[in-house]
Parts: sequence; structure tokens; C-alpha cells
Amino acid sequence: MSGPIHIQPGETFILNVGPQHPATHGVLRVKMEMDGEYIVKAETVLGYIHRMHELMGENRTYPQVLPNLSRLDYLGALGYTHGHVLAVERASGIEVPERAEYIRVITVELNRVASHLFWFGAFVMDLGGFTPLMYAIEDREYILDMLEAVTGSRLTYCYYRFGGLYNDIDDEFIDRARAFIPRMRKSLKKYDALVTGNIIFRKRLEGIGPISAEMCRKYGATGPVARGSGINFDVRKNEPYSVYPEFDFDVPVYDECDSLARYYVRMEEMEQSLRIIEQGLDKLPEGPIMPKKKPKLIKPPVGDYYQAVETARGSFGIRIVSDGTKNAYRFKLRSPTYSNMSLFDEACEGMMIMDALALMGSLDLVIPEIDR
Amino acid sequence: MIKDTVLQSLRGLFPDPEPVVEEIVTEAAEGDEAEGEKKKPAKKKKEPRNNGVIEHDYAQYGYDIDVQLDPGELLAAVMIIDKAGFFLESVTGVDWIKEEQLEVVYDFSRYDFDTCRVVIRTRTPRAKPKVPTISKIYPGANWHERETHDFFGIKFDGHPHLVPLLLPEDADFHPLLKDFKP
Repeated sequence: MSGPIHIQPGETFILNVGPQHPATHGVLRVKMEMDGEYIVKAETVLGYIHRMHELMGENRTYPQVLPNLSRLDYLGALGYTHGHVLAVERASGIEVPERAEYIRVITVELNRVASHLFWFGAFVMDLGGFTPLMYAIEDREYILDMLEAVTGSRLTYCYYRFGGLYNDIDDEFIDRARAFIPRMRKSLKKYDALVTGNIIFRKRLEGIGPISAEMCRKYGATGPVARGSGINFDVRKNEPYSVYPEFDFDVPVYDECDSLARYYVRMEEMEQSLRIIEQGLDKLPEGPIMPKKKPKLIKPPVGDYYQAVETARGSFGIRIVSDGTKNAYRFKLRSPTYSNMSLFDEACEGMMIMDALALMGSLDLVIPEIDR
Repeated sequence: MIKDTVLQSLRGLFPDPEPVVEEIVTEAAEGDEAEGEKKKPAKKKKEPRNNGVIEHDYAQYGYDIDVQLDPGELLAAVMIIDKAGFFLESVTGVDWIKEEQLEVVYDFSRYDFDTCRVVIRTRTPRAKPKVPTISKIYPGANWHERETHDFFGIKFDGHPHLVPLLLPEDADFHPLLKDFKP
């Protein structure tokens, strides 16, 4: 639990990790009270890139907020915009054509693979191995090019619309996506051979940074962090949304609770995402990508609506309190990394600093998404 | 079903079992609303709703159980939720400026396949907003409550470290209050 740090004179010293530190991958600062190499107490300091997206959500109409959502998490932006469109569709009762939902799922999963790939590269780089990052970025580039062709942007996508999509996918996209699946499967084998068995890698992660299932529950950790602690929780399975029930995929769960377990979970999730993409391309129905009947002005009825989606980092929730006007009365974003990061202060107590940085890397932090 | 058990224990918090008169429901509020009747879409919300437990349609609202209670009963309700194995999703606020009240909203969910989302709301006067902290029960609420304090100025009684989290450390404004002028 975070609290004020009191210096014991002569015994401990304060170490600032960040706000500009390569291991935090963004502007995050952790004030650590150190006893030599060991952390006595840590306090995370947030807010360096806080932009108040929630207030912007109240000042703008629902369609105007759409681009904001992709500015939350620049690595897995589609998952967040998916949450927003689903929430507004739930609130105002807009039907989505099946083809649009399939394309949403395919693109979200591609984005998830891209996000995990970048995490993989950056994580191994944190631990001292630079080469895998280059391989990972090459594969990720393939996805980004593919998504750029249909969405028009490389990272901050604004592809989904209320009721459907901005743009239909073409044959070129389908061909490239089909070609990507065997390529990525080969790459995953390569990564496994390159990294997983490496003795330094294993020694840095095995048994390091334990996060118990009970701790996950108390802090509300979700996503790969919870699944690495033996919790079988994936919003796609537990509270199915979109067309996920029609797909056959597994949720990887590991009981080891350490940083290595979180690594395994993400690496396996990429394989599962490939399975979803493959099935999506096979089953992709024909039809329109926007509904025939759609209100010109989005004005959800009075009420309090909640929608959770599984993003690359965990359960992202969006609460819309509507007062019946074209702007939201309250627009709450529940970001997964915020909860995942909040357990760091407690989890890293008593650890050595390099182990704590390995733990931080395994949490897959994206700071703009914590600060919102 | 966990939903029924939790519903039962949460209803135990409200001593007199008079039917919850729901202002949101148009006029047919004579039956016991909480007995599992599906809610009609809301028409016009005029007055704040009474305290009580409402069962919601998940497909329409995205959560199953909606509880409103006084700040004094909050800890008892959260303890019930904690015993039932829920995890803390988020804590947030809503500024009901016309009613001179601030609402604090707690979201809980479950890890297993017996899904049940619970929303607990409590209201506090806008002039002197104060709610007990739940960070003793859910340490994860620490950050969420600090954030809510940043945005709404709600004091969380007993919070160990209630200083700005996302806003600058010397911030004395609360941007999500409806009368906030930047």
C-alpha cells in the first residue's frame, strides 16, 4: 500500500526511478526507499501525462470522443475504441451487422498480437537482450501496415463507428492476413527458441515478482497479470461480447504467479489470437458494414451503462451515465493497467531493484493509459 | 448462483422490506421491483432514487445488481461483497449538481464464470462530501479513491494517503465537478 515515505536517517536512501527512465517505457516515476539493493518501500507517482479524457468525454458528443479512446493506449488502441462503440451501442440499442462485428474481432486480435509483440521485445530488452526487439518489431510492422491500409492510421486508430465500421476490408487485407498467420506461427517458434530457454532470461524471471491470486483480487488486476496467477478470467469468455462466443479459442492460465508465468501467458495468447483471426477469416460473412437504421444523432436514454472488454492489457471498462442529451453526463474509463500497476507498490517490497524492474516489465505498462 | 446469495445478503442491509419505489420506472412500480422483474427503459429521472437493491438486466445495462445505500452502510455492504469473492473493478464519482449531491460509485465483478457485476452507490452532500474509505478492505481502492478525490473533492474518511494522484501535487481544483471553470 502506498503511503508517505519517511527517511530513516543513515539507514536508507530514496531512489527515484523515472519519470524519465527507459525501463518504465513512459513517464512514470517510482519513489523507492532503498536499503542497499533492496526496496524497503515504494510509492508510485502518476499523472505526468494526465490529459483528463473523462472531462473531454463530457464536453464532446459521443462520436467526437471516438478518437480520444485510441489515445489511451497507443499499442492496443483498437480494443479501447471497441469498448467505447460497444458501450454506446448498448446504451442506445444500435444493432451491428454481423460482418462488421467479425471485422472488428479480426482487427482487434491483430492489434492484440501487435501489442504483445512490442511488449515481448521491450520486455526482453529490459532484461538485457536487445535482438528479439528487432525481430518483434519486424513482425509488428507487418500488422501495422496491414491495419494502416484499412484504418488509415498506424497506431491511433479511429476505425469503428457506432453501428459498424468506417471502411470495409478488401481482398488484399484478407490475403495479407492469411499470409500473416503461418508467418507469425513460425516467428513464435523462433522467439521460443531464441528466448524462452535462455538461462539468463529464466534466472531473471523464475520465481521473481510473485503476485498471488488473492492480491490480484484485492487490487482488481485483470488480463495476463491475473492469468499468470492462476485466475481463469478473460472478459471474452466470462462476459462474452461481440461475436466472441462463435470462436473456438483457449485462455492460457498459469499457476506459477511469477514473471515467467506472465510471459508464457502473453506468448500463448498470441497463438490464440492467431486462431481467432484464422477462424474469423474463414467465417467472415458477406453483408453491409453499417446498419440500415441508425439514429442520426446519438442520444442514449437516461441511465447508467457499463461495458467491459478484454484489451491486450486486461479488462477495460467504460461507464456512460447519460442524461438523454448528445453529450455524456459522466464518462468513466476504467483502465486495466491502472489496477495492475496499483499492486506494484506492495508487490515489490523487499525485492532487489533489478527484480522489481523485471516485475514492472512483466506488468506490460502503457503509461498514457494509466494516467488517462 | 452467486447472484442470488449476494442479493439476499445485500437486501439484509435494508431493515424494512418495503418495496423499492423506483422513480426511473414509469408508473408500474406497485410490484416488488427487486423480485426479478425486468426494468423498462428509463423515461425521465426526476428525483434521486431511494436506497435499496435493484436487479438489472445485464444485456441492457452491463451489470446485474445495483445497490444504493447511505455512506454509513457502505463498509457493511463492501464486506459482504469481499466475502463473496468479488474483485474491485473501479471507484468513481458522479456530480448530481441539481440535487446538490455527489455520488460515489463502486464497481465489483467476479473472476469465475458465475458472472455477476455489482454496482454500489452512495450519495453524499455536495457541500461537505465525505465517505468512509474501503481501502482497508480492498487495498486496490487506495488509488481509485485518490483519483476520485482529485476529480470531485470527495473526502475518504480514514484513507491513509489522500493526496493528488493524477493531478499536480498542489492542485486545489476538482475538474469533474459540473461547476468547474478551467
